[in-house]
Amino acid sequence: MVEIAHRTSPLEGRGFEGDGISLSVAKPASRLSLRAPEGSLPALSEALGLELPQRPKSTSTKGNRAALWLGPDEWLVIDEDGADLMAICGKIPDLHSAVDTSHRNVAIEVSGARSADVLSAGCPQDLSLARFPVGASSRTVFGKVEIILWRRDEQTFHVECWRSFSAYGFDLLEAAAREAE
Amino acid sequence: MTQAFRIPSAGRLDTGRTLDFTFDGKSFTGLEGDTLASALLANGVHLTGRSFKYHRPRGILSAGAEEPNALVGIHRDEARRTPNVRTTIQELYAGLTAVSQNRWPSLSFDVGAISNLGAPFFSAGFYYKTFMWPRAAWERLYEPVIRRTAGLGVAPDKPDPDHYSNRFAHCDVLVIGGGAAGLAAALAAAEKGASVIIADEQAALGGSLRFESGAEIDGRPGWEWAQETKTALRARDNVRVLTRTTGFGYYAHNMLGLVERLTDHLAEPSPEAPRERLWQVRAKRVVLATGAIERHMVFPDNDRPGVMLASAARTYLNHYGVAVGRKVSVYTAEDSAYAAAIDLKKSGTDVLAIVDLRTDPEGALVEQARSLGIDVFAGHAVTGTEGRLRVRRVSISPVSGGPRRELEIDTLLTSSGWTPAVHLFSQSRGKLAFDEENQRFLPGEYVQDAVSVGACNGTSDLAETVAESLRAGETAAKETGAKKRKTVKFEAQASEDWSSGMAGAAPGAKSGSKAMAFVDFQHDVTAKDIRQAVREGMRSIEHVKRFTTTGMATDQGKTSNIHGLAIASEMLGKPIPQVGLTTFRSPYTPVTFGALVGHGRGKLFEPTRRTPIHSWAEAHGAAFEPVGQWERAWYFPQNGEDMHAAVARECHTTRQAAGIFDATTLGKIEVVGPDAARFMELMYTNPWQKLAVGRCRYGVMLREDGFIYDDGVVGRLAEDRFHVTTTTGGAPRVLNHMEDYLQTEFPELKVWLTSTSEQWAVIAVQGPKSRDIIAPFVEDIDISDEAMPHMSVREGRVCGVPARLFRLSFTGERGFEINVPADYGLSVWEAVWAEGQKYGACAYGTETMHVLRAEKGLIIIGQETDGTVTPDDAGLNWAIGKKKTDFVGIRGLQRPDLVAKGRKQLVGLKTTDPKTVLEEGAQVVADPDQPVPMKMIGHVTSSYWSENCGHSIALALIEDGRERMGEKLFVPMPDGVIEVEVTSTVFFDPDGERTNG
Repeated sequence: MVEIAHRTSPLEGRGFEGDGISLSVAKPASRLSLRAPEGSLPALSEALGLELPQRPKSTSTKGNRAALWLGPDEWLVIDEDGADLMAICGKIPDLHSAVDTSHRNVAIEVSGARSADVLSAGCPQDLSLARFPVGASSRTVFGKVEIILWRRDEQTFHVECWRSFSAYGFDLLEAAAREAE
Repeated sequence: MTQAFRIPSAGRLDTGRTLDFTFDGKSFTGLEGDTLASALLANGVHLTGRSFKYHRPRGILSAGAEEPNALVGIHRDEARRTPNVRTTIQELYAGLTAVSQNRWPSLSFDVGAISNLGAPFFSAGFYYKTFMWPRAAWERLYEPVIRRTAGLGVAPDKPDPDHYSNRFAHCDVLVIGGGAAGLAAALAAAEKGASVIIADEQAALGGSLRFESGAEIDGRPGWEWAQETKTALRARDNVRVLTRTTGFGYYAHNMLGLVERLTDHLAEPSPEAPRERLWQVRAKRVVLATGAIERHMVFPDNDRPGVMLASAARTYLNHYGVAVGRKVSVYTAEDSAYAAAIDLKKSGTDVLAIVDLRTDPEGALVEQARSLGIDVFAGHAVTGTEGRLRVRRVSISPVSGGPRRELEIDTLLTSSGWTPAVHLFSQSRGKLAFDEENQRFLPGEYVQDAVSVGACNGTSDLAETVAESLRAGETAAKETGAKKRKTVKFEAQASEDWSSGMAGAAPGAKSGSKAMAFVDFQHDVTAKDIRQAVREGMRSIEHVKRFTTTGMATDQGKTSNIHGLAIASEMLGKPIPQVGLTTFRSPYTPVTFGALVGHGRGKLFEPTRRTPIHSWAEAHGAAFEPVGQWERAWYFPQNGEDMHAAVARECHTTRQAAGIFDATTLGKIEVVGPDAARFMELMYTNPWQKLAVGRCRYGVMLREDGFIYDDGVVGRLAEDRFHVTTTTGGAPRVLNHMEDYLQTEFPELKVWLTSTSEQWAVIAVQGPKSRDIIAPFVEDIDISDEAMPHMSVREGRVCGVPARLFRLSFTGERGFEINVPADYGLSVWEAVWAEGQKYGACAYGTETMHVLRAEKGLIIIGQETDGTVTPDDAGLNWAIGKKKTDFVGIRGLQRPDLVAKGRKQLVGLKTTDPKTVLEEGAQVVADPDQPVPMKMIGHVTSSYWSENCGHSIALALIEDGRERMGEKLFVPMPDGVIEVEVTSTVFFDPDGERTNG
């Protein structure tokens, strides 16, 4: 029997701690790109154990699982416990498309009092609490790469990007974080 | 040095905190809080530069951003040599090193000043008219000489070692300008609860309160009020106060560009600190509180060092505690210059005279000046000045005629009035309105959600300014949704008014005068030049501007534009609004490229994409090549091999044993839904409905016009799920192309597209031994030829992790592509590599991949195709579903020119000399002896040395190529003509036996 392959993150060993800012690589998680018409949402929501949000820029969470609204028929489902989301959706006969993107994305946790400021180095969105409250999420840009931004609490943002863009994303976050305020 | 002109009792600087600096190698002392200009003036230095064209000695004119003359180089080290720094903006720091510009050998003795003698020769538009002959001499002689003689600072020749930053910001109310108006507006808006950003270009807020000695706001001296207000604003969490920050650009939808200077004022900046930060602010409402700019008087020889703006002298005195001279006179056409004379006189400076162009000046200031014993010469003009490196004498004459009188002075303060700073308003596309009574342009019709307050709005009285600004701040807050009830109210008063004064040339510089009366100091444009432009036929101010270059220097004519306009208007006999005003463009003041580039340099210039296997390739000595944003392994040289040897070995080894290739960068799209096959039928030329689950097909995608857009192998994973691959470079555009059609043309289809390019690491194992190599790792899949033939796909496990295993070949050998979730890619690659070693396999890169596919005549999109190649041209007619009634491009393919004879078709070329490798892109002709220009019948698209064939191979697009099999054609090259034979595109294993194992 052959040895089982092990994982290597594209951000292996990366991290940054500064005054009021911390950057860390999130642990591996299961991810699903879920597409479905409105009629399929009750069945999918029930199977996933959380209400798929229908309001733009919103998320819903249950335990370590979250669904981020990305478009009128599009969600990013993240399970930090690594549950087999494909299998869960595979049981639902209602019309939908579920595609495993667990390895496509890498997540960086940006936290601390300066987190919004550091993200503003590359993200043109208004990240004030009034406009981007806790639980808000959106697909946006950070510098020259596309990211999905999710505010987990007042001072913590979860930043998802495709794995080959993650080094650039981390480098730009770190450059902004290193600036003395 | 002694700072002989510092008055300890005046100003706001702490005389105990001294700083040393040098100017042109000479050591001086200034105070903390000084600008370079104030520190130089404290030491009695006025002469700071030579003018652009005539090399005339020039001094400090202003105390602000509008400075046209006093530009110097600031040298921190070899790489940090910033040219054209305004001394009036540069803050002093310990050890500052400044050098003057545009002079040789020294500032006080400048050989270039000889061009001053040739001044008549360098008149307006001179370079449009002179040096026209001989033509060739322009580039070789005239231009280099003019460029060396005329000019400002020298750009640094080393890479900029500093780094720069960017921030996006949003607010309810953005206030540009932190003088009395801006502060009042910001305070009123903040108290209402709005989120506010206030930006000011100077180190401290306060604007003109810096010099307005009589200003009183809310019961306190104006300057003190400003500092207290700033502190109060800073303490609020709904306000961001940005100092040393210039609002330089006003763009669409209330987006403004601000540049914050973070380290230029520091002696030893932290290496972590960015030098500058670009703020891109989106504001719901913008309050423009940009003030007004004082104009000089236009009179003969008005440019000598020691001639400066009245408000500047007042700033140096009241803020910096510096007397700009010992014997001062004032030349004015409006009231506020009297206040300068009064302040200076009170400080103990000898103020000889106020020369006022107006015949009957009156009011409190005039009375006060007279009562202090200052001679007021009403109805008089300054008609000339003397002094080589500093003004020392002026001549004054009554305007109505009469005897001339001379005054011995060392400083002349001038003011012809105030120009509202409407730059940003105008940039916002707002329409300016001409204020006839005061001869000035003011904000008229607003196009964006903005409001102007204070001097930039034409409000000259401080009490009115404060009231107007409080109102504007409060309204802005309310209208952007702020709900708090708090209203701010306080009173203000000032001892003087700013007025618009007069614009244009003063007596002595009127029409007919040959005097050098400067309008634009920085570009050396005189009143005479502007008149000449009009005489030579320029009618529009835009033409006058370009002909004379007035207002086109780095100061963008802040002090000169209105004068130029007034002179042109007088010459044309038309009122000013009919002559027009030149367009205000961003930036308001010069902005460094660094600030605009921000973080985007070095590794942050552009993302570099790397595969999960990159580190292995690096460790194994791969050479890399960029493919779009990807960095891909190109070849793996061993034991000192060059590229040719490495590629020959990799090609040979792959066909003899096996080769392992990182194909991760291939674009991948998962097409899922009950209508997936129908959608595929529409997007690709091939038939898909009958493709069995578990099988693959090579797909060709066209654009609407019938030309090939992309290609790739597609595997059917389930009835409703396809794994589509695209070219590496085509991945994003193919997904967009598909989405576009799905959403606009075929919205009824129940199908969704998801990019999985980065979900999967792809390890291609190609060659006769490929199956043996992967066999030990594969679970749950029968990989025998019978169970898994060429062009099939299975899902199972490889190395214990979920995998999609493809049997396909881009080499013509038996081949597999192992797709595993990307994080496992490196680990699986290492296992496959170790196993491959037992069979003599090699790792190969993109170059070998290109050669091997060319040996088999397989095309590469973008190499064999260029957007004008149809499937038939490329020999891919077999890939078109003949029974299909619709797919993107089907109608395009029926266009007459796409089915006509004479189209270029893909063929192979073999050189008569097998060692000769053709150049890609080389043109092909039928007859090499025909006269030039020859008829070109096609070109080489791919060309390589083929170690496996033992000769060179090439693919080419040739007119009616498929009818020319066996024909000799020719490739004319600079060093001779190469003979080639037209062949099939397949050079190796023509029957494809090896692919099937």
